[in-house]
Amino acid sequence: MLAYIATRVGRAIFTISLVLTFSFTILAATGDPALLIMSVDAPPEAIEAFRERYGLDASVWQQYIGYLGNLLQGNFGQSLRDGRDAWDVVVERIPLTLALTVPAFLLKIGIGIPAGIYAALHRNSFLDRLVMMISVAGYTVPSFVLGLILILVFAVNLGVLPSGGQDTWRHAILPIVTLGTAGAAIIARYTRSAMLEVLGQPYIRTARAKGVPWPKAVRRHALPNAAIPTLTVVGLMVGSLIAGAVVVESVFSWPGVGRLLISAVANRDLMIVQAILLLVAVCMVTSNLLVDIAYGLIDPRLRGRSGSRKT
Amino acid sequence: MREPLVRINGLTIDFDTGQSNVRALHGFDLQIEKGEAVGIVGESGSGKSITWLGALGLLGPRARVAGSVRLDGREILGLGEREMAAIRGKRVAMIFQDPTSSLNPVHRIGRQLVESLVLHRGMSARSASAEARRLLERVQIAAAAQRLSEYPHELSGGMNQRVMIAMALAGEPDLLIADEPTTALDVTIQAQILEVLKEMRRETGMGLVIISHDLGIVAELADRVVVMYAGRPVETAPVSRIFDAPRHPYTRGLLAALPEIDGALERLVAIPGQVPEPHKLPPGCPFAPRCAQANANVCDETVPTMRAIAQDHAAACALIHTAKPEALRSLELA
Amino acid sequence: MTSAPLISVSELRRTYKVKTTGGWFSPTAELKAVDGVSFDIRPGETLGLVGESGCGKSTTAKLVLGLIPATSGKVVFEGKPVAADSKRAWREQRRRMQMVYQDPLGALDRRLPVGAQAMEPLDIFGEGTKAERRDRMLALFDAVGLPRTSVDRYPHELSGGQRQRVVLARALMLRPSLLVCDEPISALDVSIQAQVINLLKDLQEQLGVAYLFISHDLKVVRHVSHRVAVMYLGRIVESGRPEAIMRAPAHPYSQALISAVPSPRARGKERIVLEGDPPSPVDIPKGCAFHPRCPLATDRCRSEAPELRPFGEQRHVACHRAGVSITSARGAA
Repeated sequence: MLAYIATRVGRAIFTISLVLTFSFTILAATGDPALLIMSVDAPPEAIEAFRERYGLDASVWQQYIGYLGNLLQGNFGQSLRDGRDAWDVVVERIPLTLALTVPAFLLKIGIGIPAGIYAALHRNSFLDRLVMMISVAGYTVPSFVLGLILILVFAVNLGVLPSGGQDTWRHAILPIVTLGTAGAAIIARYTRSAMLEVLGQPYIRTARAKGVPWPKAVRRHALPNAAIPTLTVVGLMVGSLIAGAVVVESVFSWPGVGRLLISAVANRDLMIVQAILLLVAVCMVTSNLLVDIAYGLIDPRLRGRSGSRKT
Repeated sequence: MREPLVRINGLTIDFDTGQSNVRALHGFDLQIEKGEAVGIVGESGSGKSITWLGALGLLGPRARVAGSVRLDGREILGLGEREMAAIRGKRVAMIFQDPTSSLNPVHRIGRQLVESLVLHRGMSARSASAEARRLLERVQIAAAAQRLSEYPHELSGGMNQRVMIAMALAGEPDLLIADEPTTALDVTIQAQILEVLKEMRRETGMGLVIISHDLGIVAELADRVVVMYAGRPVETAPVSRIFDAPRHPYTRGLLAALPEIDGALERLVAIPGQVPEPHKLPPGCPFAPRCAQANANVCDETVPTMRAIAQDHAAACALIHTAKPEALRSLELA
Repeated sequence: MTSAPLISVSELRRTYKVKTTGGWFSPTAELKAVDGVSFDIRPGETLGLVGESGCGKSTTAKLVLGLIPATSGKVVFEGKPVAADSKRAWREQRRRMQMVYQDPLGALDRRLPVGAQAMEPLDIFGEGTKAERRDRMLALFDAVGLPRTSVDRYPHELSGGQRQRVVLARALMLRPSLLVCDEPISALDVSIQAQVINLLKDLQEQLGVAYLFISHDLKVVRHVSHRVAVMYLGRIVESGRPEAIMRAPAHPYSQALISAVPSPRARGKERIVLEGDPPSPVDIPKGCAFHPRCPLATDRCRSEAPELRPFGEQRHVACHRAGVSITSARGAA
């Protein structure tokens, strides 16, 4: 198990270093920030000074080394707009985003998994078909469309909930529902197909043939096995807790990380974009790592062979 | 009259495929006495496995099982899930073809054995794990204590089938149904498993239903044999009669088509054609299209039923019963 | 039968590096899938290769065909070495050596009519005109006993036995001199197996094709083979004429294997039951690989691996105690 975890951690570190290099390359390739930030008619001396200040006059390799060195020290550079520390600008938005994504995540799991299990256990029943229909609708309708429909119904027509902003908890309801719906739909589908696959396995027949009553057979024998594929999707969703709300935050004017990203892109505030990119990458890689470790805990076959397997 | 352990009457199984209904078992009758070993032989689609899965309510919602299955005189077909669960594993246990995928991959061997012991013998977790170890030793698994904490993927196929047998013994059943128990195993491992099954039967006196496509395995384990074809039994007799004096053309054909390990090396006499699909059965005798003796007037008209030929020997073939003596003789010669 | 061999295999070896655990830095071990196998097959002859799963018989088949490169050893087919890397020469050789697998459905494309699939080898090598190819296909469909009406059918519309006939027809399309059959009848129903066994024998008689026939089923091997080689853990432990081996197996493993075959005609016979499972090919025992399971093993067997040596007429056995019967040794003890 230890060797298994060590391998996964090694891979995670490798992935993050790839992302770092990639994001540096993209930034270096998008052009000279000095020209983007300074006005077109700025005097050449001012542009030179800007370059010197941000270390843009060094060679690409030197910049790359400096960039990595800065990151290791937790220095993400300054926002090119207002000169504040980029990391600080990003971090102060995180709680706001989590206020949407964490409840939405609980909603996805709380609805998606039970719905998927129910649908699988009652395959081809009316409720199974209904669940699957809602689920298809849930993830085919883009979240900005769903968000706008919810605004139209609850804010404009019924007037019971606000349409945007973040002043009270009531402002969070519509964005949370919008986020949760698509995720719940995806989880329900995955859980259903994982359960159906597992329920058809010979060991479920064995459990029943040895006299395990059906509800117990489902709980003890089917669920742990069905959890393995479901975990993959859930893990992806954990990874997107920070940056998974870009569209919804824009629709509901919610000042989280997602909206910051959009405005930073629009304003060419590359240091902010880079900090967010890195944050997202680290979140994704970490959640993947956690999923891998959880796999190992649930599925003994992945832990590597301790004993000598005989064929 | 004393009730047999199991009495199956007119068992039929239909599968609802959505558009249509396909009958997979067309009426099956059988009695099994306490301690008796019955072999069920057939090819794919003969209905040999689903008969038993259906009788124990293990076929799932798309199967419709009708008829009667009595255990010690008590009707068990149509019992509720909880009452059926109390019978499965306790009165009637089952083992399957692919032992490794028949065990839960995420549970340790010990836990899977203990589960049966707690269910059927009401044991506490501690005494159950001591008993689990004893069960593994009974099926001759070396280092039993260590095996208890291993997972199925860490054991060989033969070892896993021993675990399945140990698990079946946990409930001290009256009848063990072994559905192709050695088909997925190598021949030397198959020999071990057959030994274990014989040994367990000697020890416990439990009855056995051995389901196999391999006549050799059935011959080895069974007292009595039922030959099935296309969802129907076609011949039943004590093991010696079925192999030494088979009467149904299909049984004879199967034996003639079987390559042998010794004896004269002759060209095999193959049965022509192929096993009919369940939804495309011929109108009369299901074997008629492949049968060299088939008589268009008799065999293509009605489905023959099982009728006694001699003591304990019955066959479903119109020719055996209607044929004039000379026709019978030609059947003997064939 | 003194003609030159069609194919000659000598000291064929194939090892794999495997990790003992799942990690990146876990130690590797050597898996010996095939460990020094030699045999000849003459034109029109059948060599049956028997053994249990993991004994290396299927790997041997792939090595013979050049589908995977050998670690060492040599395969000479029709006088030329078979090499997996030289593409052009290998393609020429592959016309003359074809393969038939266990699962006919997996070997066929389910979106193409079977007739078109059977003709494909001719299309690939551009043999003859379109009409000639079709004639050849129809002739082979006749030869393998497929009705001409099945030409336009799709694989799923045929039964298992018919599909295997299609696969056979396709394999024979280029008039190969060697057909490697890997468990060709194992997936078929009992009543269909005899049909295919008879068909294979008839085709050999008509076309003079040689077979390397790989199977775990001794009864079938006895019926189709002119010579048999028994494999255990990557090596041939006994080879010879099937009648001689089946009647009086000389290697204790062959004895156990033959005695383990259940047969309705030999009910209740005393059987040699080996203890334990075959060892992993990663961890082959020292000395004779069979010694931990062998009831006849002596100290010599535990330290010194036996060579394959002549034993009687046309027979080779790799055993220090070749010819000693397990049953009579037990009776004496």
